[in-house]
Amino acid sequence: MKTMMMTANKRFSHPLLVLAMATFALGSAHAKKPWEDIGRDAKPAEIAAWDIDVRPDFKGLPAGAGSVDRGTEVWESKCASCHGVFGESNEVFTPLVGGTTAKDIETGHVANLLPGKNFPQRTTMMKVATVSTLWDYINRAMPWNAPKSLSTDDVYAVLAYLLNLAEVVPADYVLSDKNIADVQKRMPNRNGMTVYTPLWDVKGKGDVQNVACMKNCVTELTLGSSLPDFARDAHGDINKQNRIIGPVRGAVTTEPAPKTLNDSRAKVMGVAAPAKAEAGAIDVKALLVSNSCTACHGMKNKMVGPGFAEVAEKYKGQADAKTYLIGKIKNGGAGVWGGIPMPGQPQLSDAELAAIAGWIVDGAK
Amino acid sequence: MPINQDLNIPMGNALDQPIGRIIPAPENHLSADGLETARKARRSFMGKALAMGAGIAAASKAAVAAPEGEDAILKLPAHTTGLGQGVAANAYGMPSKWESNLMRRESPGLTRVPQASVSFCPLQGLFGIITPSGLHFERHHQGWWDIDPSQHRFMVNGLVKRPRVFTMDDLMRLPSVSRIHFIECGANTGPEWGNVALPSVQYTHGMLSCSEFTGVLLSTVLEMCGIDKKKARYVLAEGADGSSMTRTIAMDRAMDDVMIAWGMNGEMLRPENGYPLRLVVPGVQGVSWVKYLRRIEVGDQPYATKDEAVHYIDLQPDGQHRQYTSIQECKSVITTPSGSQTLLDKGYYNISGLAWSGRGSIKRVDVSVDGGRNWRTARIEGPTLSKALTRFNFDWVWDGKPAILQSRAIDSTGYVQPKINQLRAVRGTRSIYHNNAIQSWKISENGEVSNVQVY
Repeated sequence: MKTMMMTANKRFSHPLLVLAMATFALGSAHAKKPWEDIGRDAKPAEIAAWDIDVRPDFKGLPAGAGSVDRGTEVWESKCASCHGVFGESNEVFTPLVGGTTAKDIETGHVANLLPGKNFPQRTTMMKVATVSTLWDYINRAMPWNAPKSLSTDDVYAVLAYLLNLAEVVPADYVLSDKNIADVQKRMPNRNGMTVYTPLWDVKGKGDVQNVACMKNCVTELTLGSSLPDFARDAHGDINKQNRIIGPVRGAVTTEPAPKTLNDSRAKVMGVAAPAKAEAGAIDVKALLVSNSCTACHGMKNKMVGPGFAEVAEKYKGQADAKTYLIGKIKNGGAGVWGGIPMPGQPQLSDAELAAIAGWIVDGAK
Repeated sequence: MPINQDLNIPMGNALDQPIGRIIPAPENHLSADGLETARKARRSFMGKALAMGAGIAAASKAAVAAPEGEDAILKLPAHTTGLGQGVAANAYGMPSKWESNLMRRESPGLTRVPQASVSFCPLQGLFGIITPSGLHFERHHQGWWDIDPSQHRFMVNGLVKRPRVFTMDDLMRLPSVSRIHFIECGANTGPEWGNVALPSVQYTHGMLSCSEFTGVLLSTVLEMCGIDKKKARYVLAEGADGSSMTRTIAMDRAMDDVMIAWGMNGEMLRPENGYPLRLVVPGVQGVSWVKYLRRIEVGDQPYATKDEAVHYIDLQPDGQHRQYTSIQECKSVITTPSGSQTLLDKGYYNISGLAWSGRGSIKRVDVSVDGGRNWRTARIEGPTLSKALTRFNFDWVWDGKPAILQSRAIDSTGYVQPKINQLRAVRGTRSIYHNNAIQSWKISENGEVSNVQVY
């Protein structure tokens, strides 16, 4: 553009002509598109309702404060059932806290991430470099089953509790928008991130190169790794996960590998077509997933609520167990298995309720 | 590697040779031994086929033939002799009941709760490059929803002259584009950084799908809102679900081919894939393709959201994490035959697979049947689109001996898909993300295909 204008100045010395050309150039760059006014302006209250993100420089962080003590209360009532009382997690989620040291807080590098350390878990506190990330995520997505229900002060409090567990702040700390920048300076892995542009820029070059050798290429040709025999059926019967026609079949992985090609062929060609589901039968396990029962109940063990097998065990031999459970599932309840209430499930039909209750009474298998 | 000279296709492999020995170049000068092997293979295949009367089909119990011919031909079935069903019996058509084996599946033990989990696409049974919408892989961070589109709103705010709100009506009035792109989770093939962990291509590579998306370019909408081009460096995309998924996207990408999409394969997005609105970020890992998209914020710094500061970060050998790794580099995999499948006989196979690159289109795919010592170029089938799946096919005659199949893709930038040991030499084994290694499938003498790592 600059070059063009200079050329124009030389060729057309009349100032008005130059001005006219410049106006024309500007006008065409900003020509109004015929769709430009589709949509409407966002109102300030609407932007405030949705613009909740908090950046590493704390832009977007609302004013507020919360103590470790208050955080302990909120944690035990709303977070501990999934994350464990001390952030160590139980059955549901991976641990948040652990694996960091006072030395890490000094250096800003988590030593347990170094080669050869092989710390069993990579906890959130071992990885995260920016305290804003934790504030933002707790605020937008926690608790798991009721995201965005915490008050601003309680978000500070929960984060203070977590930071105290990781020994980043003391037990009497009150975290606030005023001191969170100081906390950032103590994050154990604050220097542990590298922005790696070759995998960010679309025009970047990768860090690992291969060459397209075609003949007699150098290979070690050793089996570096293969699936152990005991894992053969870890993903179920692969035969049932492949088409029943075509040049190949799925191997019957619930049985040991056949010895010969003839054996293999006999095995897979003899397998019957997938049986059609019995008309009208209710698939209880599918119901448990589609109605989010499995978000809180494990098949065997306690997660947020008791495992289905535990419920089956408790009411084993009780004559009215099925009727009782139908009522409990339909209307919800609390107290039998702990303080966390189970919401009622009025969306289930009577037939579905009976199928689920019957399945539990039959041993939840 | 002997070559069938009539057809010019490789036969078998050289794995029965001593390991580590350099094998003479097989192309164009087949040795006397090689010729004999080829003749024997052909004889044994033809001999068996003749003896069995109808080759492969004869092995099927269902196809035992009467002396005068096969029942499937001689006895006319009900569908040939009766009246079929009427139109709209299935108002929304579903796949044949015989196809029920091919479905999205979870990997047992991978995740604790189905609302923050993955289901894998059955690549082992798919053809061409388009993923059927009902088989598109799923990744949810806090459960999926079927959102009322009339109540869905999309907002643009931040470094723009006019922060704006759009209804679905508004967005769907805008000039739209339709483009075919792949979407791959950054963690696809992630469990295999250290060792083989998964039995079939559904689980090794099934966090991969490809669809035709319809929507408006994000650049169109940002221009409408008067983006501050001097200050704007990044956008934040945010979802409307409980997790309110957020990811940072660079401005040059946002103004390039990023789309705000409502259409997928000719219909609206499926609820599991973000109905009614999702971001499409071609070439970039799936986590950035924010579903239930409610907001784009224009800013001047990256946001370090949970899924770019705690997850989707790549741990390197020196203990540092790489942050904001996004591009899905060039990768390919053979889908037929693939892990935990069984070949039904010796003889001809059409080896078929998929190749893709987050940096452009696929230029070439090579296939090896001898564990990477010798390679030949595969046929590219169908369209070769930028940042889309590309299908390749390769003729092969299996001689019944152990073989190791590999594919190696090269993209329009000249980048060659690496071997797993090359990736490990630079990135170690703890990365979890962005494993685009060459996949090896071992074919055993019993016809079974298994997942191995060979390099």
